[in-house]
Amino acid sequence: MTYTVAALLGVAVAAVIDLWILRTRLLTRMVFWATYPIIITFQLLSNGILTGRGIVLYSPDAIIGWRIAYAPVEDLFFGFALVLLTLSTWVWLGRRGIQRTPVAGEGSRLLKRIKP
Amino acid sequence: MGHLGYLAVLVGCLVAALWLEPVLKVNVLRRPRRLLLTLLPVAIVFVLWDLGAIAAGHWRFDPAQITGILLPGGLPIDEVLFFVVVPVCAILGFEAVRAVLRKPAGDEQ
Repeated sequence: MTYTVAALLGVAVAAVIDLWILRTRLLTRMVFWATYPIIITFQLLSNGILTGRGIVLYSPDAIIGWRIAYAPVEDLFFGFALVLLTLSTWVWLGRRGIQRTPVAGEGSRLLKRIKP
Repeated sequence: MGHLGYLAVLVGCLVAALWLEPVLKVNVLRRPRRLLLTLLPVAIVFVLWDLGAIAAGHWRFDPAQITGILLPGGLPIDEVLFFVVVPVCAILGFEAVRAVLRKPAGDEQ
């Protein structure tokens, strides 16, 4: 299996877990899609350094060859799977009552000021 | 940067995200059990993927830019830390967006 296939498979598995196994359905939620552009920006930056400086090196046989900010396009799928699985697990645990609180923003004076 | 090159990138990620904890009070670090229970399975799954990818020759690491501490299977400790740092940053960002937008994520009371 190439990295290209593995990365697409990773996204598919993470989506199945989110939608049908843990049923967190983050892929259908606005809050997930509002977060993802922020995450992908930092991913392109950090991944760009890791790949641009040659810290991580890819076999040309394993990737399709398209690159974005030095990184193989497969890394975007890999990162998406990692982030989706992480957030799905986090939300699932909260839904099961594991440390649902203190909720985000609770006790923030800054937030109270900008969003009273 | 030398051997600390990879680690420096991870520190950069943490610096970019950790301020959300005190400033927006996203309260991720104040929920350590939930955080740990999230990190553990995710890190295990992705370490296994990584080991498979290294074995299959999908990627390798520049020995001059990583700590040099290798786990069985040739997995650099830097890479294991990646699977801790990135999920922590993702959760911090997610909870920050949530706190600001006040949109449901599905785990509310």
